[in-house]
Order: sequence, then C-alpha cells, then structure tokens
Amino acid sequence: MSEEFKIEIVNPEKSFLVKEDVLEVVVPAFEGEMGILKDHISIISFLKPGIIKVFSKSGDENYYVEDGIIEFKNNNLSILTSAIFSVTDLDKSKQGDLLKKAEAEASKSEISDQAKYLADQKVEVLRSIN
Amino acid sequence: MASLDDLKKRIASVKSTQKITKAMKMVAAAKLRRAQESAERGRPYSKKMNNIILNLSNGISDKENAPKLLSGTGENKVHLCVVMTSDRGLCGGFNSNIIKKAKSYFSKTLNEGKQLKIITVGSKGNDQLKRVYGDKIIENISFKESKNANYFDADKVGRIIIEKFEAGEFDICTIFYNQFKNVITQIPQAQQIIPLNNEADHNNSDESYEFEPDEDEILSNLLPKNISTQIFKAMLENSASEQGSRMSAMDNATRNAGEMVDKLTIEYNRSRQAAITKELIEIISGAESL
Repeated sequence: MSEEFKIEIVNPEKSFLVKEDVLEVVVPAFEGEMGILKDHISIISFLKPGIIKVFSKSGDENYYVEDGIIEFKNNNLSILTSAIFSVTDLDKSKQGDLLKKAEAEASKSEISDQAKYLADQKVEVLRSIN
Repeated sequence: MASLDDLKKRIASVKSTQKITKAMKMVAAAKLRRAQESAERGRPYSKKMNNIILNLSNGISDKENAPKLLSGTGENKVHLCVVMTSDRGLCGGFNSNIIKKAKSYFSKTLNEGKQLKIITVGSKGNDQLKRVYGDKIIENISFKESKNANYFDADKVGRIIIEKFEAGEFDICTIFYNQFKNVITQIPQAQQIIPLNNEADHNNSDESYEFEPDEDEILSNLLPKNISTQIFKAMLENSASEQGSRMSAMDNATRNAGEMVDKLTIEYNRSRQAAITKELIEIISGAESL
C-alpha cells in the first residue's frame, strides 16, 4: 500500500505546485505546526506565517508562506495562499524586503493584537531562514 | 466632386488609420494571450475557495449566528453595485455591454424603491455613468498605473467594500464584469457577492470536516478573502475580455479601412482618367478648329 497523497498549492495568479508523490507535509497551522500523512481526517484550517515542509519521493521542498487556508479531503491536500515563496529561490535581497515589510508592520502601534501576533511571526520566521 | 488632391490626401489618411488599427490589433492579440492564460490560471484558486466556503456553510451549526457576510444583514434596502470596466477605450462594445447590464439593474432597483450606491472600477465606466447616476457614485477606483491585473489591487477594492459593509452602508453588493468566453463572445455578468449567493447545488456530502479553529472563526476569516478573490477573478476575466473585444474591434476597423481605401482608389483613378480625357478632348477639338 503506497503512502503517497496529492498536494496542490494555488495562489491567486496560478497553480503554484502540484505533486502526486507526497509522503508528508508539515504546515504552520494557526494553532501550531501540523504534520499531515496519508489518510488524515478531512480538515480545514488556517495557516500563520511559517514554513511549509513538503516531503516527497522526488525530494524535499520548503516554502515560506504568509497566510493561507488548507483543506485536506480524500487524500487531496489543497493549500490556498496569497503569498508563497520557495525557500531555495528566496535570495537575500527578497528576504530582506519581506523582513523589512514585516518589521514595519509589527512596529505599528495601532494594530490589533492578532495582526501584531501575525507580523511578529513573520519577522521571526524570516529571521530564522538564514 | 472632390478634387484629385483631396482624394489623395484622404487615401493617405485612411491608410495611416489602417496601420494604427492593425498595430493595435496585434498588440491586443499578444496581450490577449497573456491575459487569457492568467485568467485560466486564476480559476482554480477561486473555484477551490468557493468549494471550501460551500463545505463550511453546509456544516455550520446555527444559521442564526452566521457571519453577516454570508447571511446578509437581513435587510434589502441599500444596494451597492461595483461596476468594473476598463481604463482604455477603443475596445468595441466591451464597456457599453457592462454599462447596459448595470443600467438595467439600476433602474430595476430604483423602481423597487431601493437605495443605490455605485462604485466604479476603471475610468471608462465612470465616464459613462456619471452623467445619469453621478450622484449615486460614491467611489471611483482606477488602476491606470498597474499593467496587469494583480491580486494586490483586487484586495484593495475588497477592503473598501468590506469596510463599507461593516459600517452598515449597504445590504447587498453586486459586481458587474464581462466574463471571457472566447475572442468574439464576452458575457456581461452580474454577480452578487454579499451576502454570498449559495447556489442551488447543495451537494450534501456526508463528509464531515475537522475544523481548527472552529467553523465560525474560519468563516469570518475566509469570507473577506473570498470577496477579494471574487473581485480578482472578475478583474482577470475583464482584462481578457477587454483584449479580446479590442482585438475583434480592431480587426473590423482594419477591414473597413481596407474597403474604404479600395473605394477611394477607384474614385481617384476614375477622376484622374476623366481629367485626362477632358484634356485630350480639349487638345483635339482645339487642333480641329484650326
């Protein structure tokens, strides 16, 4: 019995990634990191800023996301996100830009607690990448 | 009858118009391919988003306390219409089709005694609507600077709409745009986005989801995103439609200009011939009279 399932990551502009031979995916869900294996129960959840780790037969990949929704159903994992970057493609300048933006957001005083939390998360994750 | 010189000038001017329309057609064709691709690539996202929301709203436990973006305010007094048009002209019936659709909706709502508010996206729609419905337009957004439709712009529009909704400025929101079917056919659409129109296909799947956090929180987070997504979809469809419409309009214009050049050339040659004949007759009759 194979242990693989399908993942599909889409952003508003295009289908970002489709893979059929995924063994495990670790997503930064809102209430903590969540590992998904084959035959996981159907679930819908949110993502917070973090790293999506995709372990597949054809190699492992890491992606940085800022937000998103995941849906797992019948061994199909769909991730909808508006901001996603492959960690390997994320060069220093791009990373610096994102970090600066996140820091600016985090240092605003009038934002809600939740927004502040999300911005802090972004800063933390981006710093941890290098 | 126009003199030879005038005819010559007219032929030259029609020819240069033809060149321009031909170039515009080529540009539109190239842009169309890109716009069409991105419209098609953008479809999975909005479709998936819709699916998830459908599943969620099926599973929601008490409909009474559902988020307002889903269930509406319970009233039906103030209608907000978002009319999405292009920023450039010379694209055939593209803008007028949307406007026509929107106007018939406007007069219907006004006849029912409801209040109307309009947001126009794109300057062409604003130009056409401000004459009749100028006092109803509350906002005019235009993205002349951005070359292609991007999600960031759509999100901006979405935020404005949600802000107004939360401030209680309207009860029902409808967006107007052209759906791209193919190069010749674009279908003007009116799509209600607030409250969300739960289409009839309630595929009551027994699939039960696990939610983390709970349904209400997910829904209230997801619905605003869905608004932006729907607007983004409309923008993508619109930009593909605009280019398609412009391409066929420019194709027609080029053909018409060609016909006109042919007609004018015949007229020019005829009158040139007539002038020569006239001169010959004058010379001959002059020689005969000697």
